[in-house]
Amino acid sequence: MYVAVKGGEAAINNAHRLLADRRRGDRSLPSLTIEQIVAQLGLAVDRVMAEASLFDPSLAALAVRQSRGDLIEAIFLLRAYRTTLPRFGVSVPLDTARMQVERRVSATYKDLPGGQLLGPTFDYTHRLLDPSLLEDQDVEEPARRPAPEEEIMRVSDILAHEGLIETDGTFPDDHVAGDLTREPMEFPMPRDLRLQALARGDEGFLLALAYSTQRGFGRTHPFVGEIRIGEVELEMDVPEMGFSVSLGRIKVTECQMVNQFKGSAKAPPQFTRGYGLVFGQSERKAMSMSLVDRALRAQEFGEDIVAPAQDEEFVISHSDNVQATGFVEHLKLPHYVDFQAELALVRGMRAEIAARDTDDDMQEAAE
Amino acid sequence: MTITSDALSGGFSEPVFQSQSVFRMLMDGMARPGLIQRIVSDAGQPEPLGPAAGAIALTLCDHETPVFLSAGLAKSTVGAWIGFHTGATLTREKAEARFAFLEAGAAPTSFGLFALGSQEYPDRSTTLVLEVKALHEEAGAGQKLTLSGPGILQSRDIWVEGLPESFHRLWIDNRALFPRGIDVILTADTDLLCLPRTTRVGA
Amino acid sequence: MTELASYNFAYLDEQTKRMIRRAILKAIAIPGYQVPFASREMPMPYGWGTGGVQVTAAIIGPEDVLKVIDQGADDTTNAVSIRAFFQKVADVAVTTHTADATIIQTRHRIPERKLSEGQVLVYQVPIPEPLRFLEPRETETRKMHALEEYGLMHVKLYEDIARHGRISTTYAYPVKVAGRYVMDPSPTPKFDNPKMHMSEALQLFGAGREKRIYAVPPHTDVVSLDFEDHPFEIQRFEQSCALCAAHGVYLDEVVLDDKGGRMFVCSDTDNCEDRREHGHSGEMLAPSKEAAE
Repeated sequence: MYVAVKGGEAAINNAHRLLADRRRGDRSLPSLTIEQIVAQLGLAVDRVMAEASLFDPSLAALAVRQSRGDLIEAIFLLRAYRTTLPRFGVSVPLDTARMQVERRVSATYKDLPGGQLLGPTFDYTHRLLDPSLLEDQDVEEPARRPAPEEEIMRVSDILAHEGLIETDGTFPDDHVAGDLTREPMEFPMPRDLRLQALARGDEGFLLALAYSTQRGFGRTHPFVGEIRIGEVELEMDVPEMGFSVSLGRIKVTECQMVNQFKGSAKAPPQFTRGYGLVFGQSERKAMSMSLVDRALRAQEFGEDIVAPAQDEEFVISHSDNVQATGFVEHLKLPHYVDFQAELALVRGMRAEIAARDTDDDMQEAAE
Repeated sequence: MTITSDALSGGFSEPVFQSQSVFRMLMDGMARPGLIQRIVSDAGQPEPLGPAAGAIALTLCDHETPVFLSAGLAKSTVGAWIGFHTGATLTREKAEARFAFLEAGAAPTSFGLFALGSQEYPDRSTTLVLEVKALHEEAGAGQKLTLSGPGILQSRDIWVEGLPESFHRLWIDNRALFPRGIDVILTADTDLLCLPRTTRVGA
Repeated sequence: MTELASYNFAYLDEQTKRMIRRAILKAIAIPGYQVPFASREMPMPYGWGTGGVQVTAAIIGPEDVLKVIDQGADDTTNAVSIRAFFQKVADVAVTTHTADATIIQTRHRIPERKLSEGQVLVYQVPIPEPLRFLEPRETETRKMHALEEYGLMHVKLYEDIARHGRISTTYAYPVKVAGRYVMDPSPTPKFDNPKMHMSEALQLFGAGREKRIYAVPPHTDVVSLDFEDHPFEIQRFEQSCALCAAHGVYLDEVVLDDKGGRMFVCSDTDNCEDRREHGHSGEMLAPSKEAAE
């Protein structure tokens, strides 16, 4: 006698229990602390905050730990928490010119006001595995410079001064910044929403698209005007008080890409911009974002849309890794009802052909 | 406009559950046009807004839904009350309104100035909450309406007291715009019924 | 450490519920039209029912009795998980009996038992756009719906006939709702399409990742697209259920061994159990008869 399989609930409970066990691993080793993750896996924490669109290092670290280091899973955890938070309002645009800069490099000028500051970069490290990290050796304190007295000028401002680069895009005064997480997407998108989508888009996906523009699929002739990483003040307007108040400081990475110029008989040529801004320290993401942003402005500049990176609907619809991973992985859910329907159809069609062949054979035999 | 205590009073005592219950009536009502239902949740709304209309405002309006008020409501504390309890802003532009509330006896001359949605996005249209004198399931007082369309098996008869005279003509015009058009909720004190744009209204 | 907030009744905050509720009302008013809504991140993955869960969370109240099925069954893991979610966040009564439920959330099936007035069927939808496989761009498909331009869909179905001698779409079979919008019924087998037509229950469809909600009110025409010379047909099974002997229901094939042995059992587990309780038994459940022989 056949007994139908039951007990989905018990199976799920057992699976969760096993997951908790694997997450903890060897009980004789100390458990990772949130503080350790924030301090020592900071770039993983930054990526989770960036793609979850929530700046909270402790919660991001918790998500990293809970997800066993699966960063997309961690992003998902943090987003699912973010979505339940009330929305109080919109911050004043960050003034990155007032950033307390930890790293700042420009590829367009050898030297420039404020200088080139390498900061904590992997660039110029030799990628040799370092056996000294196997042990917990003392690490030297970093060298520090005195804080600069003046703001470090943005390269885009230097170019803008001469009119060599297009001005920052403008919106009408009454424009309210869109919120991708509160409104359904609609194409074509205004640039504020598009940048939002890119800022929380998957780093790997944007990297590949950015790379494709360099390989000829939508060339934009980019130069890194400037990359800067550091802390900026986050402020919010309080209408009742008539001024803005500081909410604190957050670390961001900004990339201003300077791209091929545009001009016409009437308008003198100017360089164009691609922009990237990401929570935390993530140069790869900010650079990719700025390349893709510029590629997506093709229509605005009357360029032919010939490459995937220039296709807004394609890029934006597929850049969200939480959506993508969910839908790809949902294929492992049962589909046997639909498969049964296909099975019956294929069997039916095969039977029809077999019957036809038999008929033909009989006819041939009769002839 | 000064905020009076009228505007600050009222509201649902259990917003989570009362708005869920009012919403379910609206959902069932849109799904079964002409079905008359009675709201039991007290919205504590100021005059001349009716109790059902007040409950609808608390259930569906917020800072994302500009609200239009008819002249009679606009000069009362209703606007301040809706603003205080829901966060909705008032608009004088019918075309911007996601919801419009009309007091009993207000005689709309056209639905065409309200947001009707576009052919691509017909959902972006105003929902009109129109107060009438009374709604009846059985013959008696009021004008008989025979309703048919999606949500109705064959047809449903209802009787409405105090329906604006222009309503039939305006509704025929509205029907002709489908899939664009407004949707209407008729309220009478604590009673309500829904007329989505798909409903055909015969006499 | 940041303190985690406790969650609202039915998980979603009230502002989100209002936004979804407004979308649902417009969806009912324009049968078959996909209303864009600001779908939220949910604590389960996209593609696993986030749309259906948001719709259910927005409509459910303490008086409701919830049933959740996947592939027709109450005991599939994803159905168990979603049911447990609502027990946890809304503390609602749950059931496996179709007749007792006020809200039924489903993936891929419509229950065999006829739904009744007052019941709500909530579908989980992966790709809400019926034209998506013909035209990948939203900008284009939206225009096609606006202009009621559905020629492409008929061309596709007709190409099937030319190639295979029949329409080879077996699930997610497109329907026309109330004579206007072509709609995707979600990946239910076309066997279930006739149940949508003039149903007494309200049918709501939620697509979380694609951010769309649509609806079919009760007593509404839902017609499967077809051609005069190739009328719409549903799947028919030669076998009856091996457990409850039901005919004319959708069956799952269960492989019994590696020698081609298999049997067919009801996809709708509740209907099957109910029939067995009422004394029906299929060939696999008739040991006493076999023993007597």
